[in-house]
Amino acid sequence: MSSTKTPSTKRGKLVNLRNFPGFTSTSWFVMFFLYIPLVYVVIYSFNSSRIGSIWKSFSVKWYGKVIENTDIQRALKNSLQVGFAATILSTVLAVMAALGLLRMQRAGKAVAMALIGAPLIIAEIVLAVGTLGLFIAVGVPLGKVGLIVAHTAFCIPFALLPIRARLSQLDMAPFEAASDLGANERQILRRITLPLLSPAIIAGALLAFAISIDDFITSFFVAGPGSTTLPVYIFGMIRSTVTPEVNAISTLLLLFSGGVLLGSYLIQRKRR
Amino acid sequence: MSEKFLEIRNITKVFQTPEGGEVRALDDVTLDIAAGEFFILLGPSGCGKTTLLRSIAGLEYPDSGEIVLQGQRIDDKPPYDRPVNTVFQSYALFPHMTVAGNIAFGLEMENVDKAHVATRVSEALAQVRLEGYENRMPSQLSGGQQQRVALARALAKKPKVLLLDEPLSALDLKLRRGMQVELKRLQRETGITFVFVTHDQEEAMSMGDRIAVFSEGKIVQLDTPVEVYRRPVNAYVADFIGETNLIKGTVASGGIALPGGNILPTDQLAADSVIPASGPVTVAIRPEDLVLATNGMISGTVRDVIFTGDSVRVYVTVGDVEIIASLASYGTEIPAQGSQVTLNPENRAARTVAS
Repeated sequence: MSSTKTPSTKRGKLVNLRNFPGFTSTSWFVMFFLYIPLVYVVIYSFNSSRIGSIWKSFSVKWYGKVIENTDIQRALKNSLQVGFAATILSTVLAVMAALGLLRMQRAGKAVAMALIGAPLIIAEIVLAVGTLGLFIAVGVPLGKVGLIVAHTAFCIPFALLPIRARLSQLDMAPFEAASDLGANERQILRRITLPLLSPAIIAGALLAFAISIDDFITSFFVAGPGSTTLPVYIFGMIRSTVTPEVNAISTLLLLFSGGVLLGSYLIQRKRR
Repeated sequence: MSEKFLEIRNITKVFQTPEGGEVRALDDVTLDIAAGEFFILLGPSGCGKTTLLRSIAGLEYPDSGEIVLQGQRIDDKPPYDRPVNTVFQSYALFPHMTVAGNIAFGLEMENVDKAHVATRVSEALAQVRLEGYENRMPSQLSGGQQQRVALARALAKKPKVLLLDEPLSALDLKLRRGMQVELKRLQRETGITFVFVTHDQEEAMSMGDRIAVFSEGKIVQLDTPVEVYRRPVNAYVADFIGETNLIKGTVASGGIALPGGNILPTDQLAADSVIPASGPVTVAIRPEDLVLATNGMISGTVRDVIFTGDSVRVYVTVGDVEIIASLASYGTEIPAQGSQVTLNPENRAARTVAS
């Protein structure tokens, strides 16, 4: 036994990438690089000093400032209104697109998927410039309406991702069975398709919402006076003076994004 | 009852392969199925039997031909508008609904009132012996139980025709045997016409009133199990249904010359065998129709003997071919390997078949 065991473990070591020297330390470095700015923001949001880079003592006074700041409140309200509207619209459109794609022929489907997915990699600044130019040319009012339209557009590919993934995994037999049992297209959609897709639809909606709340570039271009969103407001704050208030509001945003991520994970896991 | 019930008229269905070729899944198929019949569509995979079933269900639209149920054309109707229901090979239960929800679904689509739905759901569950499983989810059931739910779901609709697409293929042998008996019972009790697709010839013979044997989109033979087994129309059917020795020979004076210099006299063949005046001919003999004899008609050398309990299978080399004889376990002297034996076909069960 022992004579056969030795070579087999040796071979196992050769193909095992985890044993490649330096992998563990590289991973740790990447993690450090990714998360240290976040850790910095969170820690310094509790700094009582007025100057961002010098630690004085623990304090939650900047959170108080954030809560009292009516400009922040207004910006948050704008962000939430735009976020909710864009989430609902983009998710509905994404569901329709996903179902529409199912019926398309192979070639058309590939082209349509590429076109819908392209905004995920196209530089957002280009889309933002284009959106602004178009809005002015067509006469879409800048401000909340413009924001909702623009956010809906760039949220669709994100909302579509989990829905498409789920749809491609679904067994088609229950749909045939429903039709066989007397359900027409509308009844199949309501009783079978939407319930089976619901975890993916919720995940897509959460993703769209997170993307919308987080958006800066497009919002910066199309937000008119009085419809400043939170990220645009934070950018304005940094330009004047960097106070730990920015750290506090950023920490709150981080907490929110974390909540969305956790929620989406829990929903996906529960349905599986 | 002699009036026509389900008529399949000249159905053709051609599929395009991704490579640009064509597959004729159904090639001008015509057949009549009687009311209350347990009808089997039998054949190897890709022979068109499932395409025909799906065409009756409306899940596939034939390129040409008609499907008529009780005098009414149904082939142009959508699946939800046909009084037929299907038990799918994969069961196709709705994973997000309970057992009761699954069975009620089809009734809700007919707008059956709520109280009535509940009664019909319990009736259907009783029919498949799954009382008390109403609130389970499909994922909590075994394969056999899921199979029963799929059956109950289709039966609850009280269809005129129940279509079954290899429903037992995923079950193990013991469960399959049990379900075969139960399906026969259900069919008798409900009086519903069953159209059952299978590639398992044993299943087909044990359940069907009639069997349509398919090959490459065509019906090769349509008859009762006994007739299909005893009088196969050609070598394909003889070989597919049960086990058969297909021996190539030539017509000689007074009989058929078989390999190894053996002559099988014409008067030993089935009376309705078609024997050409001369030339090559194929003889089909079932292993169980052969017996050991002293001075028999077919002589050869025993290559192997396998004792299976209920029978003794003897592999005999005759000339350049091998013939299998299945002998009764008791009352037979088991021949030794390498010994010379002679075999006789019994009861004129040997026959010539078209190749």
